[in-house]
Amino acid sequence: MRTEKSRVLRLSALIAAGSLVLTACGGGDIEETAAPEGADECGDFDIAINPWVGYEASAHVVGHVAATQLGCNVEYKSLKEEVAWQGFGSGEVDVVIENWGHDDLKQTYIEEQGTAQDAGPNGNMGIIGWYVPPWMAEEYPDITDWENLNSYADLFVTSESGGKGQLLDGDPSFVTNDEALVANLDLNYTVVYAGSEPALIQAFRSAEENRTPLLGYFYDPQWFLSEVPLVKVDLPPYTDGCDADPEAVACDYPVYTLDKIVATDFAESGSPAYDLVAAFNWTNEDQNVVAKMIAEDGMDAEDAAAQWVEDNQEMVDSWLG
Amino acid sequence: MTAVADRPPAPEAPLTTTPAAKEPVRRTGLLLAAIAGAWVVGWALFQGVATLPLGRAALTGFQRSLNDLRDAFDAARNSNFVLDVVFGGIRDGLDAFVSAARGLLSQPAFPRPVPEIGWLGVLAIFAWLTYALAGLRSTVLVVLSTLSFALLGYWSDSIDLLIVTFTAVFFCLLIGIPLGIAMARSKAVTTVVTPVLDVMQTMPSFSYLLPLVLLFSIGASAAVVATLIYALPPVVRITAHGLRSVSPATIEATRSMGSTRGQLLRTVQLPMARRTIIVGINQTIMAALSMATIAALVDGPGLGQPVVEALQSLNIGNAFVAGLAIVITAIMLDRTTTAASERAEKERRAGRNAPQHRRLVLGATAVLALAAVYLSRTYLWAADPERLPDLGGPLADATSSATDWITDTFFGATNGIRDAATYGLLNPLQSLLADSPWWLVAAVLLATAYVLGGWRPALISAVCLGVILGVGLWQDSMVTLTMTLVATALVMILAVLFGVWMGRSRRADTALRPLLDAGQTIPPFVYLVPALALFGPTRFTAIVAAILYAGPAAIKLVADGIRGVSPTTVEAATAAGSSTLQVITKVQLPMARAALVLAANQGLLYVLSMVVIGGLVGGGALGYTVVSGFAQAQLYGKGLAAGIAIVALGIMLDRITQHAAARQGRR
Repeated sequence: MRTEKSRVLRLSALIAAGSLVLTACGGGDIEETAAPEGADECGDFDIAINPWVGYEASAHVVGHVAATQLGCNVEYKSLKEEVAWQGFGSGEVDVVIENWGHDDLKQTYIEEQGTAQDAGPNGNMGIIGWYVPPWMAEEYPDITDWENLNSYADLFVTSESGGKGQLLDGDPSFVTNDEALVANLDLNYTVVYAGSEPALIQAFRSAEENRTPLLGYFYDPQWFLSEVPLVKVDLPPYTDGCDADPEAVACDYPVYTLDKIVATDFAESGSPAYDLVAAFNWTNEDQNVVAKMIAEDGMDAEDAAAQWVEDNQEMVDSWLG
Repeated sequence: MTAVADRPPAPEAPLTTTPAAKEPVRRTGLLLAAIAGAWVVGWALFQGVATLPLGRAALTGFQRSLNDLRDAFDAARNSNFVLDVVFGGIRDGLDAFVSAARGLLSQPAFPRPVPEIGWLGVLAIFAWLTYALAGLRSTVLVVLSTLSFALLGYWSDSIDLLIVTFTAVFFCLLIGIPLGIAMARSKAVTTVVTPVLDVMQTMPSFSYLLPLVLLFSIGASAAVVATLIYALPPVVRITAHGLRSVSPATIEATRSMGSTRGQLLRTVQLPMARRTIIVGINQTIMAALSMATIAALVDGPGLGQPVVEALQSLNIGNAFVAGLAIVITAIMLDRTTTAASERAEKERRAGRNAPQHRRLVLGATAVLALAAVYLSRTYLWAADPERLPDLGGPLADATSSATDWITDTFFGATNGIRDAATYGLLNPLQSLLADSPWWLVAAVLLATAYVLGGWRPALISAVCLGVILGVGLWQDSMVTLTMTLVATALVMILAVLFGVWMGRSRRADTALRPLLDAGQTIPPFVYLVPALALFGPTRFTAIVAAILYAGPAAIKLVADGIRGVSPTTVEAATAAGSSTLQVITKVQLPMARAALVLAANQGLLYVLSMVVIGGLVGGGALGYTVVSGFAQAQLYGKGLAAGIAIVALGIMLDRITQHAAARQGRR
């Protein structure tokens, strides 16, 4: 017992001495790598990240510019749309950088509560519709006209569709009129819910790889379109107000002008980040370049954004005015 | 179609083969067959009548009123005293605590480019705490696990997860242990609290995320509260159970010596129930970890975030590596809390004070740990985990290519399996449940509940079915019920096959148990993409996901049951010349009947807890409705209604199987 105790004592003394020696030699290298100066001019800048890669691309490009050129303390918050909008009022979210329609949320948070504001279009156009994998458009060229869909219904029968053709719907976040469309266009199809965007993408990926038939709801801009260029099926063209009654709708989806929504407090704060958000504008092609770097090349969103900003400094300068 | 589906689902059927119980079993079987026959006849006559369907975008009055309630809350958030001051105060307190802990341990503490304490310091603190509380073996495990967080490339997310988990668990214990004591002391409290705990455990967390965001806003506080809701019930239930099972004789003896109730609790009941209570704490920690990915949906910090992000770009490799870090966290916490409880038990038996040399070792290692903390505050190499070698990247790539190979190779075969199961089992049963008039199905379910369990479960089932009718989602509920029953039947087949194997062979047990542990703790989001690649977005894929999640628990329960059968009985049967198959079917399975029914009960509840995840991969019905309610403002009330319907299904199935199990016990 006695010997053990002294051994332990000696050991601890040795350790203490050793660690003192270790820490004494050298002034430490963390002090020397402090944060950049002037970080407080912009302050905190909270960007909501809605769950799709294209959105992530836009958000990180704006965030990267804000952090590196305006000195903002940028924070990204991964949130579904509905949840993100709630954050405007509580100061948790400053901007939603790519908003698809959402008239109900605009009504609540812009018109009624006044906690949010529209900061104008971001230059992207949202196209929603029915798509088939490219091999099908090649093999059955007339399939892209909705009037021929019934003659191909047999191809699309699956274990889920109860003997009819399957129309695969996807992400529950998106408003679809598809059940009404199928009924009102007298199509021999039934809507099956894939339940999530990954489910829908994986279904199209398998369909193209294995040359199996698939008709599904999809949208552009979306990084997956640069991996598999899905072909859109033409529904009766959209005219103003043809989708006014959701039960009676029998026309294609409108083209959405995607816009930016900001918190009212943020807009009135005079932050340079707000001016950047207000000026931010780019095309679907621009976004798909960054989104593809993230989704397919497996790049970190921040690195992809940095890369794009480096390649497109001129456009970035125009946002900074 | 009718030929395949002429029997109702009867998960208990294989359990009822004890010779002694033949007579009542035969009567039960006849009654069930009669019910099934009447059902098929009714289905043939009234198919498609009064099935109460509801269109995808359609809403009932009840669902609309939930929307209005939400809007009223949202509008009153800043003006209402309770919402602003009480919930706002809780929110700010939790947020402040979590962000302070993150600045200390995991996130850059502005203006420093790294946290106050770098990886080496955190590692040293963890190691020292584990050594002090649980012993050397656990310390090795903790050091390796913590190091692996850094090597896998998810250091800060892993530490964030630990912070959120421990914050939630702290409050779980603060609320749960007193509540458990109150339940053990008072029947009235038990009666009130038990159904609340049932709802907390069966309500899909997607359903209460949005209400929580209304109260606590997004971020760490909502994540902590969501975790707390799901993780609280185990510690309450197990604490109450532990206290109740302290032997009445001991209590009587203490009482007769004149102890007050408080003394009795402190000196006898709590110490004697200590081991059980620590099992409850352990279960609570595991439950808290399983909320990691869900918490990420409201911007809760932790490992759930990389899992959810990887899912968006279908990056199986990254999802797997982040999921692996969660599994490692779970195994580390599970083994360490178990070891800590065993040590505490040993020290209690040996007397209060630790031997002196141990205190010296602790003092010495504390100095060492503090030195490591100092180093990690001073030098970047000891602070920045990105300077360590990266094992996560290569592992992610390897996982992705392995998964690609599997999906490419087995694609055709998996389609065959899916179609056989769907056309042969799922579609006919679904037609029977969802295409029959609601009153017929309700009558069948009530009669089955009565035959299997008596009037009590029948009464509870009637209430549950009333709730399902009331929230307006009858047909969706029947589709979900179909998938739940099919998945549970498949889980039980697997549980019997693997459970018997593990129960009979120590070697199989040793080999399979870590896999089962991993299967129980890996977030289901990780295997959704491979499952989709193999089976496409279908109801069967949802069933596969449910089996992967529920299987391990059921297998373990069956294995433990088989192992618990007295070896002398087995030897006697073998000596009497029974073949292995005969020993299994005539001796081991019948004698492990209670474990089998428990496995079926737990299997059902685990399967039901996967309904929402199933909705993400093509399960449709209630699961999809919950998901869309979370995603679309107009469907909020409908999603919440679907959550309520899932709770009603869960309580109904649980009570029927529990009462059936109790009957088994009596025979």
